[in-house]
Amino acid sequence: MSTPTTQAPPATGTAPRRGTGGSFLSGSVGRNAGLVIALVILCVVGVVTAGDRFASTDNLITILRLAAVTGVVSIGMTFVIIGGGIDLSVGALVALSSVWATTLATQALADDIHWIVMVGTALLVGGLAGLVNGVVIAYGKLVAFIATLAMLVAARGLAEILANRRTQTVKNDGFLDFFTASPLGLPALVWIFALVAVVGWVLLNRTTFGRRTFAVGGNAEAARLAGIRVQRHTVALYVLSGITCGIAAVMLMARTTTGSSTHGTLLELDAIAAVVIGGTLLIGGRGTIVGTVLGVLIFTSLSNVFTLNNISSSAQAVAKGVIIVLAVLLQQRVAAGRKQRRSPASTPPTAADGAPAGASPGVPAP
Amino acid sequence: MSARHRRLLTTTVAVVGAAALVTGCTGNTPEASESGSGSGGNNAASSNDDPGDTVVIGFSAPAADHGWMAQITAAAQAEADRYEDIDLRVAEGTNDVSAQIAQVETFINDGVDAIVLLPFDGDAMTPIALEAMQAGIPVINVDREFSDPNAARVTVLGDNYGMGISAGQYICSELGDQPDAVVAEVAGIDSLPLTQERSQGFADALAECGLDVDNRVAAEFTVESGEEVTANLLQAAPQIDAIWNHDDDQGIGVLAAITNAGRDEFFMVGGAGSANAMRSIQAGDSVLQATVIYPASQAADGVRLARLLAQDKGLSDLTDVEVPRQITLSAPVVTADNVDQYIDSAFES
Repeated sequence: MSTPTTQAPPATGTAPRRGTGGSFLSGSVGRNAGLVIALVILCVVGVVTAGDRFASTDNLITILRLAAVTGVVSIGMTFVIIGGGIDLSVGALVALSSVWATTLATQALADDIHWIVMVGTALLVGGLAGLVNGVVIAYGKLVAFIATLAMLVAARGLAEILANRRTQTVKNDGFLDFFTASPLGLPALVWIFALVAVVGWVLLNRTTFGRRTFAVGGNAEAARLAGIRVQRHTVALYVLSGITCGIAAVMLMARTTTGSSTHGTLLELDAIAAVVIGGTLLIGGRGTIVGTVLGVLIFTSLSNVFTLNNISSSAQAVAKGVIIVLAVLLQQRVAAGRKQRRSPASTPPTAADGAPAGASPGVPAP
Repeated sequence: MSARHRRLLTTTVAVVGAAALVTGCTGNTPEASESGSGSGGNNAASSNDDPGDTVVIGFSAPAADHGWMAQITAAAQAEADRYEDIDLRVAEGTNDVSAQIAQVETFINDGVDAIVLLPFDGDAMTPIALEAMQAGIPVINVDREFSDPNAARVTVLGDNYGMGISAGQYICSELGDQPDAVVAEVAGIDSLPLTQERSQGFADALAECGLDVDNRVAAEFTVESGEEVTANLLQAAPQIDAIWNHDDDQGIGVLAAITNAGRDEFFMVGGAGSANAMRSIQAGDSVLQATVIYPASQAADGVRLARLLAQDKGLSDLTDVEVPRQITLSAPVVTADNVDQYIDSAFES
């Protein structure tokens, strides 16, 4: 056990460098360029096959608007995964937040005070559920996969109880007017997505919080020895993810004019897929916001191009599957290369005492 | 599944219109009783409604995870409450096949007089239904058919193929004189046989008047998926004349996408028949102009048939002594003209 301990300080020392530079400029710029190329190819295919129907401002806005909800959740998911965890409960949290924010009681309160009450409710519910996730994982030492899987089931069940399995319509005109407006020609949902992405990028790449996230995900034990309060940081990551779910719930309420326990079904898979496509390592320690945004855009554009060409949903599913596999294959090669370089330090941190179980659940033994 | 499809086709032809007979089996006014089923208020005229020996009926259905399924159980319960001689034992709705099998086993052990069963999976529930039949308990199979006809005494089915036909015929009647009209379809979950049957019926009916489906997308019966696929669909087709959306639950999302895109050059036909959709049709304030009903009263019909079977009665409006083997409910089109008839029995999505 002495090896990881003695090697730990240098490993932590490299974390900030990977955090600030590696996220956008140095290591992964090539992979982000790859994503951009993929997106461009997709756009070319769209223009060739669908012509003006694809290359129109309306269509661009449609794509961005559809990408917005998944995008916001994926930003939160990026933090969690870089921090060495996983959050399977995001879809269910979106459902729970949307239902809680549209109950008759909440809407009545919103009518009396301001529609911001509905937004606040959604964010609060998402954040609190994320807090439960985080506490159970960091202090209860449950594996993140299991803890958030439990939350997935429980939160959707709670949403069904609250909504009585009915679809709740948003009746507040102020809320709908605000979120369906298009300031400067772009829908409010797209602005929110952009804002969340920018804040996420700054938080990850320009703050101590971001550097600690990379450190915790890269090697939790090393991070602890370097003085980072790993458990508290893990909790914060899940709260962050929960809050993005609350934001996504508000966006879905605006998009569909409803709150429903079926909202966000399988959203967790879309988000994880987008994050992985974007080059974030599932084992944590590395990832980028830009890559995630590109990943989301690729998936949304893919659906759009397929629908414009009237191609069946089954073929769309096959194409998505193929793209995920290709991306993960690429990712494994890169990860293997990275591990060879730092093989002495790659002893699984989970083996070390004191590492929170959830902070690094996916670290493979070999 | 193809055998099931074929059977559905033949029965569709054979027993279309039986819906009125079933719901109004004891009344002289089938039309009124259809709208009143599930909420009471039948005008009984035959002796079938007279109280008889108390009948214990076991009822099991999947989890009420959407409006239609919630209404199935609620309507069955409401129907049972109208008869003092029915003792309905409702098992907790479940999407777990083994749990549902256990429920039926319990009914058999309790020696109930009849079982009304809406299986989560018709094939998987067939053996236990056979067991019940062999134990002398008549099984009324609702909505999702068993793979063995011997497993049920009576089968009550909605008509998915007929829904497509009804929607197609309505669009034909509106657009039949425009051979190059653009028709779009927002389907439900594509892998389900019911979606395939609905789409097939729709395509067949459109072909009759020389139209076809120009753009087709598939959602997942949820509001969110409805909004998402429709947003893309509206981009794919810059000009549309008519849209058929398979399901009114996802229809809320479909309408939201249409509103978001600011489109109103077409009319839309819904499916299933939710109260939301009917209120919209009544108000005439959106592109939703009609909807095709997939009756949520089928389990209620099943309960009434179970009572008749257990009391050795027949359908009073049929000459035949026995209750029929199979009943396929009609899939009527609801428009602003006749929405008042249907809105009371519609389900809240």
